[in-house]
Amino acid sequence: MFYDLLIGPFSDFAFMRRALAGTVALAAAGPPLGVFLILRRMSLTGDAMSHAILPGAALGYLVAGLSLGPLTIGGLAAGLIVAAGSGVVARATILREDASLAAFYLISLALGVTIISLRGSNIDLLHVLFGSVLALDDSTLILLAVIASVTLIVLALLYRPLVMETVDAGFLASVSGSSGFVQIAFLTLVVMNLVGGFQALGTLLAVGMMMLPAASAMLMTGDMTLIILAAVVQGMLAGYAGLIISFYAGLPTGPLIILVAGIFYLAALVFGPAGGLLRHVKPGRHLEA
Amino acid sequence: MARFCYVITFILLWLSAAAVPQAKAEGLPKLPVVATFSILADFARNVGGERVEVTALVGSNGDTHVYQPKPDDAKKLAAARLILVNGLGLEGWIDRLIKASGTKAPVIVATKGIRSQQMSGEGHIELDPHAWQSIVNAKIYAANIRDGLIAADPDGASTYRANADAYLSKLDKLEQEVETAIAKIPPEKRQIITTHDAFGYFGRAYGFRFIAPEGVSTETEASARDVAKIIRQIKAEKIPAVFLENVTDPRLLERIAAESGAKIGGTLYSDALSAPDGPAGTYIEMMRNNVRELSAALTN
Repeated sequence: MFYDLLIGPFSDFAFMRRALAGTVALAAAGPPLGVFLILRRMSLTGDAMSHAILPGAALGYLVAGLSLGPLTIGGLAAGLIVAAGSGVVARATILREDASLAAFYLISLALGVTIISLRGSNIDLLHVLFGSVLALDDSTLILLAVIASVTLIVLALLYRPLVMETVDAGFLASVSGSSGFVQIAFLTLVVMNLVGGFQALGTLLAVGMMMLPAASAMLMTGDMTLIILAAVVQGMLAGYAGLIISFYAGLPTGPLIILVAGIFYLAALVFGPAGGLLRHVKPGRHLEA
Repeated sequence: MARFCYVITFILLWLSAAAVPQAKAEGLPKLPVVATFSILADFARNVGGERVEVTALVGSNGDTHVYQPKPDDAKKLAAARLILVNGLGLEGWIDRLIKASGTKAPVIVATKGIRSQQMSGEGHIELDPHAWQSIVNAKIYAANIRDGLIAADPDGASTYRANADAYLSKLDKLEQEVETAIAKIPPEKRQIITTHDAFGYFGRAYGFRFIAPEGVSTETEASARDVAKIIRQIKAEKIPAVFLENVTDPRLLERIAAESGAKIGGTLYSDALSAPDGPAGTYIEMMRNNVRELSAALTN
């Protein structure tokens, strides 16, 4: 009976299976990147990026019309330029990543709106570009799978320098020359996940899946590896739960997945051992000499 | 001598300045009309004829539900002498834009006097704004636009009446065409799936059942339950075809078609005309195109 309730929708409907596959792929790759984004004080990158890709998508539209390939490639290029630009500015000036990203994405958005207005098009480009978790076709699923695989492999290879660059960039710079490369590789992964996520699943799901499980996991534990694992697990659970509830309750799927992740976050906020609110009520034992 | 030259130059300049307004007065200035979207603009051009210059804020293939106005639109509204809106909640963005533009032009709601219908949503009541999909309503649109034009430009009253009568008779002919074509489709086959609930009025007027995952506006998102329901329905009732729309993302519908075995029947024009050289450049062509696509998919 539980089988029918909990597994039934997925065995009966291919679109549910695809939605689950898509969200699991996203949950494998997004939350680890989200953890690093939070540690690097770049948490609002996702939202900023959803606007920053506009000039790239606009140029793609001018060149090739309303087909998803050029729109996505254009968006990817614009996102990479904005991310790389803000990274370079953050390294070379007093502005940190948040300010430099804010400046670049606003310039990018303004440029995008201007390009679209010049052409006189009335089509809401981004409305067309952003997809839905219930509409994953073969090529989109493959895109998500490739992005997730590449992200996990690169993260595994660059894990140590990336962690070091995040917590103590000066030390890394003093012992290795890979600091710039690591930063750029990380930003590239973020942009790739975001733009692919937008195209496949829409902004809310792509950004939300990246940030919410990560924020929640950071409140649960202080160990880096455990944080990443907890974030990934929460992301996958939220994806599954959101799909099932949307199936039975008739609520929109994408927002529901994020709401479930949000509930996990609120629970972690209150009860989380590594920084939740309850620890003020019942503090642990102080270390004594 | 110098003084003489100055005087001559001044006289010549004055003469040339006087000549310019004369050149302008040769052509009759057209009444600037702004319509919110392409279908309304088409009605206005047919009723207004040579006396009007119509611009649409949301152009061909544009989505009026989620349109984001540009500063240029406010300028167009400020320069207009007549503004046409659909009403019934189609243009959530128009009231503030009109206020912001400071325009003094009268606003005509094209759906005045139309028997509006509600969306067959899940429990909640929503007004369906797509009234133009029924030709009976289209005639009311044309009549309201005619009256608005006469009020804004009384000199052209006889022209507007003549144009409107000619257009109304064209709409009558179109209505007969549509009814004949649809009569050839067996009643049990008259159900189709499309992206958003844009064809409620068409369905009620001509006996079709339209089912859509996205509800009455493209702003909403589909839920897994709705998509599952549609797939089950297609399989159970053997609905033969799903139809894409020109204003929405086709991927969700392609998914539904792939999973349920229905075929993609073609593209229907719901909320916007196509480009002028496309299959649905005017309202009449749009209705003909839609009926043609429906007949082709459902009668074999």
